[in-house]
Order: sequence, then structure tokens, then C-alpha cells
Amino acid sequence: MIRAGCGTAIAASLSGCHLAVLSPAGPVAAGDGMVMIDSLAIMLAIVVPTIAATLAVAWWFRASNGRARYRPAFAYSGRVELIVWSIPALVIFFLGGVAWISAHKLDPARPLPASVPPLEIQVVSLDWKWLFIYPKQSVASINRLVVPAGVPFHLRITSASVYNVFFVPRLGSEIYAMYGMTTQLNLEADEPGTYLGLSAHFSGDGFPGMSFDVDAVQSAQFARWLIRARSAGRPLDARSYRSLLQQSENVKPYTYSGVESGLFDSIVRGELPPGSGPTRPTPATATSRESSRHVG
Amino acid sequence: MWGRLSWQAIPFHEPIALIAGGFVFAALGALLVWVALKGYVPYLWREWITSVDHKRIGIMYVALALVMLLRGFSDALMMRAQQAVAFHAPGFLPPAHYDQIFTAHGTIMIFFVAMPFVIGLMNFVVPLQLGVRDVAFPTLNSVGFWLTAAGALLINVSLVVGEFARTGWLAFPPLSEITYSPGVGVDYYLWSLQISGIGTLMTGINMVTTILKVRAPGMSYMRMPIFCWTSLASSLLIVAAFPILTAALGMLLLDRYLGFHFFTNLAGGNSMMFMNLIWAWGHPEVYILALPAFGVFSEVVPTFSGKALFGRRSMVVATLAICILSFTVWLHHFFTMGAGGNVNGFFGVASMIIAVPTGVKVFNWLFTMYGGRIRYDSPMLWSIGFMVTFVIGGMTGVLLASPAADFLLHNSLFLVAHFHNVIIGAVLFGGFAGYTYWFPKAFGFRLDETLGKAAFWCWFIGFYVAFGPLYVLGLEGMTRRMQHYDRPEWHPWLLVAGAGALIILCGIALQVAQLVVSIRDRARLRDCTGDPWDGRSLEWATASPPPVFNFAVLPRVAGPEPLWDLKRRARELGHLVTAEPPYQPIEMPRNSATGFITAFLAVVTGFSLIWHIWWLVIVGLAGAYLTFVVFAWRDLVENIVPADEVAQLDRANRAARAATLGSGLLR
Amino acid sequence: MNTEALRAPPAAYPRHEAAKAVTASEATGHGIGGPAPKRIIVGYGFWIFLLSDVILFSALFAAYAVLFKNTAGGPSAQQLFDLRNVAVETGCLLASTFACAMASLAVSERSMKWTQLALLATGVLGVSFVLLEAHEFTGLIAQGAGPTRSAFLSSFFTLVGCHGAHVTAGLIWLGTMMAQFRAKGFREDIRLRFLCFTLFWHALDIIWVAIFSLVYLVGTLPPQMLP
Repeated sequence: MIRAGCGTAIAASLSGCHLAVLSPAGPVAAGDGMVMIDSLAIMLAIVVPTIAATLAVAWWFRASNGRARYRPAFAYSGRVELIVWSIPALVIFFLGGVAWISAHKLDPARPLPASVPPLEIQVVSLDWKWLFIYPKQSVASINRLVVPAGVPFHLRITSASVYNVFFVPRLGSEIYAMYGMTTQLNLEADEPGTYLGLSAHFSGDGFPGMSFDVDAVQSAQFARWLIRARSAGRPLDARSYRSLLQQSENVKPYTYSGVESGLFDSIVRGELPPGSGPTRPTPATATSRESSRHVG
Repeated sequence: MWGRLSWQAIPFHEPIALIAGGFVFAALGALLVWVALKGYVPYLWREWITSVDHKRIGIMYVALALVMLLRGFSDALMMRAQQAVAFHAPGFLPPAHYDQIFTAHGTIMIFFVAMPFVIGLMNFVVPLQLGVRDVAFPTLNSVGFWLTAAGALLINVSLVVGEFARTGWLAFPPLSEITYSPGVGVDYYLWSLQISGIGTLMTGINMVTTILKVRAPGMSYMRMPIFCWTSLASSLLIVAAFPILTAALGMLLLDRYLGFHFFTNLAGGNSMMFMNLIWAWGHPEVYILALPAFGVFSEVVPTFSGKALFGRRSMVVATLAICILSFTVWLHHFFTMGAGGNVNGFFGVASMIIAVPTGVKVFNWLFTMYGGRIRYDSPMLWSIGFMVTFVIGGMTGVLLASPAADFLLHNSLFLVAHFHNVIIGAVLFGGFAGYTYWFPKAFGFRLDETLGKAAFWCWFIGFYVAFGPLYVLGLEGMTRRMQHYDRPEWHPWLLVAGAGALIILCGIALQVAQLVVSIRDRARLRDCTGDPWDGRSLEWATASPPPVFNFAVLPRVAGPEPLWDLKRRARELGHLVTAEPPYQPIEMPRNSATGFITAFLAVVTGFSLIWHIWWLVIVGLAGAYLTFVVFAWRDLVENIVPADEVAQLDRANRAARAATLGSGLLR
Repeated sequence: MNTEALRAPPAAYPRHEAAKAVTASEATGHGIGGPAPKRIIVGYGFWIFLLSDVILFSALFAAYAVLFKNTAGGPSAQQLFDLRNVAVETGCLLASTFACAMASLAVSERSMKWTQLALLATGVLGVSFVLLEAHEFTGLIAQGAGPTRSAFLSSFFTLVGCHGAHVTAGLIWLGTMMAQFRAKGFREDIRLRFLCFTLFWHALDIIWVAIFSLVYLVGTLPPQMLP
């Protein structure tokens, strides 16, 4: 009860300023956020009194205060020591339990409970844009993730070059995108809406331009989006994928009308080359040195 | 002939860097010319550059840290300014430059501010507190310092010749691999850290040996001051952790220079291994910095409370617990790599457990103040400021140690706020507390208190104004290292954070003023007693500044607060406790230019490695071997301080002590 | 003032130990008799250095273990390693350590002739080790199995090469040491330095034993026996 009360109080006091990660738009962000609020509440219960006691003791025992009793021999007390060790130990015991249980319950790879199977989406971080592949629907999108609201989606995430972190603050659980590896993330948006997505791991000069919109839409609207995407633009195959490997910044969202099957897996297995890195040599490398010695 | 080096290496396209760098080097040049014209060179050479006295080396370490703090803080100001204006706008720093700035800021603040600051304090204080005349290996100490300085110089050279890394302060591959960072920036980063890392390792070995093998008679483990204990723990961590850093950076160097495949995307490289290795060093590094700061507070709080430290045994146990636990938590830096519930849960709980001994320390300081008579000199202000700030930083740290919460906050500005909260709140405040506390011991006069207190308040308030908003921004989903952004809700907070940085700037300006004013008014601030704060440990038994040999005769230690006991008995007796000892000549290690020359050669070698000037690399290495041989061939190892001189210095100190006793006051 | 301070019982530490005054010659460094003698300090410090070196090698061992299977389609350990060559290398290094121990005996006997001879033997055996290793490396590179071929080979060359670099550095130190004995005689500081050298040389041996068993022996096991 007290805990919940505290949590509500904190949430209320902070909600004045639209804190993205504390206004969850999906069950994962809600779960992560709850752990955060709970842990914070547990800790504040000990941290606030500690700070208050520090200031109070420091003020009362100032040298100029004649009323404070000077006890220079008070340098050891078994009872106090016991308390001093047990308070943090108990708090951590409690918090550790919360951490352990929630680490399992909110493991990003864990499927979300739902009556419908999740929508499969493959994510590739590129220099410096995001590629979202809908393998079953054979559609791909750059820098815009469209999902039906109320339906869980399962992301398999990799990188085509350097590290990035896939993060949609209001949906929860960031996760790394790494070359040659896949990470998994299960998310769901409760309500239709547009949510900010970004990379949360620095990946080079074009990194700040890697933000993208997550559009959670009604199922019917999602179906219409798929149809529109399939009917416009060109398909994504190994050849057009290679052109994505060049570095580019602030890429406007667009879609591919089809996706070569198995493209994502061949990216993960390293059958397609990694991102090419900078093509223009920086001034400091202008002489003699080839910019990428590993490629080829 | 000159490898990759050409006129194109001068960054004319980045006027800010060039002007800043040009200014730094012009100031340095002007300083050198002034020193030369004034005829100070022989003095500097004899008394400082070639000195192997631990006190001098400690002072030089702290001076290096303070100078580099100015550099690192200028970077911070530029970052804050950029983010304050880069809303829907490119700002004034292009990405390539901004990325260098935050990389340099992190690298400099950790390796060339925080490290030299705590190592400097350790160097200056530990032998004095242990009641001995020097560290175990004085010349090695000098080499260690000068190698650190060499790394610092190299990193600053990157301002004007070439560029610095644009990868973030830990240079994660594959971004730091040659494919994605083909310039010399990462090479500057790697060689600066390798060179200074060797210096740090030497200091670590030296300190461990000193504390375990070189102590005054009677100074048993449980009688060692807590600062010595934390220095020991920190040095043990240096010995155990820095080789991992050397290995990890060495592998990255091999990747970049010889086309190896440790961390590359191709040919089976494993970049996650770098994450594991770098954080296996990186997390202990946090405690390498924090533990000595805890030690400073454990000296300052009892002194200014007029009481012995509460729960000494607990403090020692807590220190050692932190020392060991710090190696079991590195994975919490990348919970978001998807290791699964068991692994994340284990490292989460392990990280939280560190909060137990740390919490114990806070409570022990609190109970030290309880029943004390607290004097609010500025070291005590820094300590109380630390206790309040650090508790908050610890709380957000434990929050981040919970994997599920970290899934929302990893790499966000919340994280940035957290680690600044602990590094500024603990390490820097501890450094400043120690700097103010031991300054009179080092120079014989105190720092001006008024300006010192004003500086504290600017730092304290500025910290909250600068980093409070970053917590909020993290909760708003803002990630770190953004050169520009277009979310309107972030903008006002970044403006506030910028204002906070300006308040901190005032604090730094006041500290500079404090130093200048204190030097000018040194007669007024003179400490004639050697014991300006009514201290409790042995460093305050020496004159201020202490003679080169520290102690005319090694003190015999009978308790954890030897000086306090002596003073108490002297007060009871009405005269000094010990009679004048028979003075004997003292052997002290001779000065040596080895450290300076080694550092010079390290700069030459490092620079030529960065620019692929291979013949110069060979020259540098040959020079290093030659230096080694010349040093090894020396016949005269020690100087003798004649008994007369020892007697004269010690009698003056005894007279000063007796005078304070005669006045009925020790303070 | 401070009346309570004066009357207060001594804080929580025993006072009787003050009586245990011990002369400096018995010093142990445990805070009883003051600073330990130079011999102990130097040896102790060098031990700490060796520990840090062992940690450096453990990081390289860890990297090797992680990358062991990452051959990227290139040759594997089993296809490459030639135990015969390695056995000879091991023999050289062990014999070199034996010669080094002989040199320690000769130093304690103050025999310049035997010291120099034993150190020369140490050096010749050490050089043979380095040459054999260089031979192995050049052979591997010649058959296209250089360190740039795969992550596995990168880590192999780095681990074994780092040991080789240590031996090479040790040989330079050894040469300097021999010249010092000749020029300075058996002075105490020279003997202390030699003590450090022997520690270093023995430590390299121990690391080599680890390399021999974990890299070469495990590497040549049939694949089905590997984890």
C-alpha cells in the first residue's frame, strides 16, 4: 500500500512534464516503468531520511552550538554497527528481489501474452538509418515503423555496421543492434499514436539523425498501409540493399514494395558485406592509407 | 619521411579547435619563455622535474589534474552550449567536431583529471600518514608521473595536429575500427591511454608495495589511517584492472595497425568481447577513483568533527568488500545486449550489493559527526556536500542496476546524470576536499577560506542545476551524444543545464582566484604550526611543508590516531611527550631525470606511431633502452642529509609544536 | 576545554603493542619494526608487477578462448599446430630456466666465470626459443595462415607473440645484466636486479606452460574431444 502510494506520488509529481518513459504506451514500458518507480520508492524511503539526518546532525553538532553534547569517545558501538550494516542490506535484499524477478519477467526476448500471434518484424541498423523488414508481408520501410495497435510485435534486430540501440521510449526496453548477431525484443502499443524512436548508442557523425517515428495504427489502417507500400517504389533485394550500406544522414522515410526472402538472415550470417564506412577520406587520412582494409 | 603527417593534418576546417589548441600551446609557450627569462629553469629542473620526492610528485600530479580539468571543462561548456542551441538547428559545432569534443571530455576527465587527482593525493599523503620517508620506488614514481603527463600532452596535441577520436570515451569497436574511423583520432586515443596506463600501473605497483611493506614501526594494519586503506584498495584494483585495459586497447591497436580481427565485423571478430574486456577494467576503475575519495572524507570528517572515525573496522571491511565486488558487476553496463534473465539478474543483484558497504560508509561518516564539534572549514563543506549528493547518485545507480529499469534508461541522459552525480559528487568533491585540506601541508600556507566556500557553493548549486535537468531529460527519452535534436520538450531543460554549467564555471573561476589570492596573501595564511586543522594522523606531525625526509626519526605508532594521542598527552603533561632524539644523517634517493626523459621519448614514440613515422619509432625505442641502461649504470643512488641539517629542521618543528602547547591551544 | 576528551578512555584500540619495539633488522613490513629491508621491498614490488603481467596474459587467454572457433573458413588449430616444433621450443625454454637457476647459484657463490657462463647459456637457449617461434610464425604466414586470416589466428599470434615479445625483452635485459655484472661486480643493487630477472624468467616459463597446454595441446586434440 505504502509503496503504491509513494509510487503514485512520484509519478504524479513528475507527470507534469510529460516524461516519455513514465507515460508508457505499451505493456513493456509500463512494466519497466513500474520497476523503476517501485525501486525508486523503496530507496527514497531510506535515502530521504539519510539526507535529512546528515543535514540535521551536521547542523546540530556545529562547534558553535553550546547545547550539543560533545562525545569524542563515541567511535564504536556494536549496536549501531549492526543497524548500519543491516539497513542497507535489507533494502538491497528487497530491491535485489525486485530486480531478479523483473529481469526475468521483462526479459526482452520473452513473448508477450496475447490471443493473436505477434507480428514479425526484422530490424537492421545502418549508417545512419533504420531498415524495418516485414518478412511475412514482404514489405520494408526505412526510418518509419508502422505497427497495428493492440497487437504484439516481435523484433529481430541486427546491425549492418557499427553498434546501435533500438529504443522507443514510450514502448519500452531498448536493445542493442550488433553486426553478425540478432537480439530479440517483444513490444506492443496499446493505443494508436505516433511515438518517437531513436538509436540510443552513438554510432558516428550521422547518429543524431537516426530518430524515427513509430506509427501505431488501427488494424484496418495497417492493412491499407501494407497495400500502399506494396504498390509503390521498388523492391528490396541484395542489390538495392548494397546501396543502403553507404553512409547517409537524415534519410526521409520511404518504403520498399517487396523484400527478397531470406535477406535478413543473409545479413546476419555475413553473406552480404557490412557497411562501407566513410567513403571520403578525412583530411588526416588523405595520404597513402586506404580507408578500409578489411573489405574484400 | 613523415608518414601520414602533412600540412593537411592541421585542422584549418575546424577553426574552434585550432584556435583553442593554438591558444593552449601559445599560453604554454609563453609560460615556458617566462620561466626561461626569469631564470627559473635550473630551479624547476632541480626541485621539480627531476625530483623523486613523493611530495613533489604528488603536487605535480594534482597540478596536472587541475590544468586538465580546465581543458575537460571547456569541452563540457562547448557541449552544453551546442545542445542549448542545437534545437532544430545545426548549432555551432559540426558533428565531426562535436563528436571529438565529447570523446575528449570523457577521456580527459577520467584519465587525466580524476586519475591524476586521486593518485596525486595518494602520492603526497600516504608516505606521510604511514610515517615513512618515501614510497617504495621513488624513481619509478617519477617515471609513472611523467608518463601520465606524456599521455596528457599527446591528447592535447590532437587539438592542433590531426584530430581526436569521434567514438565516445571508450572507443567501442566496430566504430573505432579502421573501416569506420580511418583517421588518426582513435590512434591518438589509444596511444595516449597506453602510455599513461603504463604510468598508472607503475604507480599502482609502487603504492601497493609501499603500503604493505614500508610503514613506520608499530603501524599495524588496523592502525593505518583509512585513507591508506582506501589507497591500498585502489592500488590493488589498478594492478588487477589496468592490465585488462592495456590488453583490450592493445588488441584494438593490432586490429587498426596490422589488420588483425579481434573486434572487426569480418573474419570472425567479436566486438562484444571488447565490451566485456573494457568494462572488466571500467567498473573497477570507478572504484579506483571513488575509494581514495572516500578515504579523504574519512580523514576530513573526523578532523573537523574533533572525533575519531566511527566504526574503523567497518570502514576497512567495507573498503575491501567494495574492492572485491567491483570485479563482479561489469555486465551491468550492457544489460541491453539481451543476455537473458539469469545473467542480467545476477549482475543486477551483484551491482546492488555494492551499495551495502557503500551505505555503511555513509552511515559511519554520519555517526562520526554525531557527538562531534563540527567546524565548517571548506574541506568539511565539500564533505557534507558529498554526502548529500553521493546518496542521490548512489540511489540512481542502484536504480540503473535493476535490469528492467535500465531497459528504459540505458545510455540516456539519466545515465549521464548518474555518473556525473557520483564522479563529481564523490571523486571531484573528494579531490577538492583533499586539495584544500592538505594544501597547507604541501605549501606552508592555507587557501583563502572565503573564496573557497564561495567556490564550493557554486559547484554544489551548479551541479544540481546542470545535472538535475539531465535526469529529467533521460526520463524524457533523450539519449546521450546528440549533436542536434528536434524535440521541443527537451529544449528548456538543456537551457537550464547550460546555465548550471555556467554556475560551475563561476566555481572554477573562484578556485583560480582562490589560488592566486592565497599565493599573494601567503604571509597572512601562513601555517607555522604544521597542524593547521588540529589533525589526528601523522602527516600533521611534520612541519608545513615537510622537510625532504619527512620525519627526522621514524615515529613509533601505538594507535590509529598517533598524533592525536601525542597531542593529548602533551596537553596533560604541559610539554612535548618525546625528548629530542639523537639526530643522524639521513639517506634520501637522488634526483633522476629518467622519468622526464622517458616521457619525452614516449611522446616522440607515440606521436610517430600515430603518424606512421616508423624510423622515429625506432629512434624513440632505442632512446628508451639507452635511458634504461644509463639509469641502471648509475653508481650513486642516494644523497646524505647531514645530521646538522636534520637537527636544525626538526628543532624548528619541535619549537613550533611547543609554542602551540605553551599557548594552551593546539589550534 | 576538552575536559571530556582528556578523561575519555582511549578509543577502541589496544595500547600494549607499543611496547613491542623491534629493531629494524628484524623488520617484516607488518608495521612492527618499520619499513622492510630493500631486498624484500624490491622482490615484493616485482612480484606485484608479475601478477599484473599474469592478468595481461589472462586477458589474452580469454580472447583466445572466445575466438578459438572463429576461423572464418580458414585453417583451425588442429590443422596448423606442429607439436614437434613446440616440444623443442619448450625444451629450450625449460633448459634456459635451469641455466638461469644455475646462474643464481653462481651469483650466490660470487663466481663471475660461472655466472657469465650460465647467463650465456640462458641467453643462447632463450634466443633459440625466439628463433624457433619466429620460424613457426613465418611458416604459418607463408601458408596463408597469418594473423589477418581470421580472428582465431589473430588471437593465437597475439597470445603467443606477446609471450615471445616478453622473452625478447627478457633477453635484452639479460644482455644488460651480464654487462652489469662484468662492469659492477656483485654489488647489492645488481644482485637485487638479477633476483628480479630470475623471477621474470621463471614467470615466463609458467606462462609458457599454460600456452603449451591450453593452446598447443588442447588445440591439437581431435575436434570431438573439444567442448
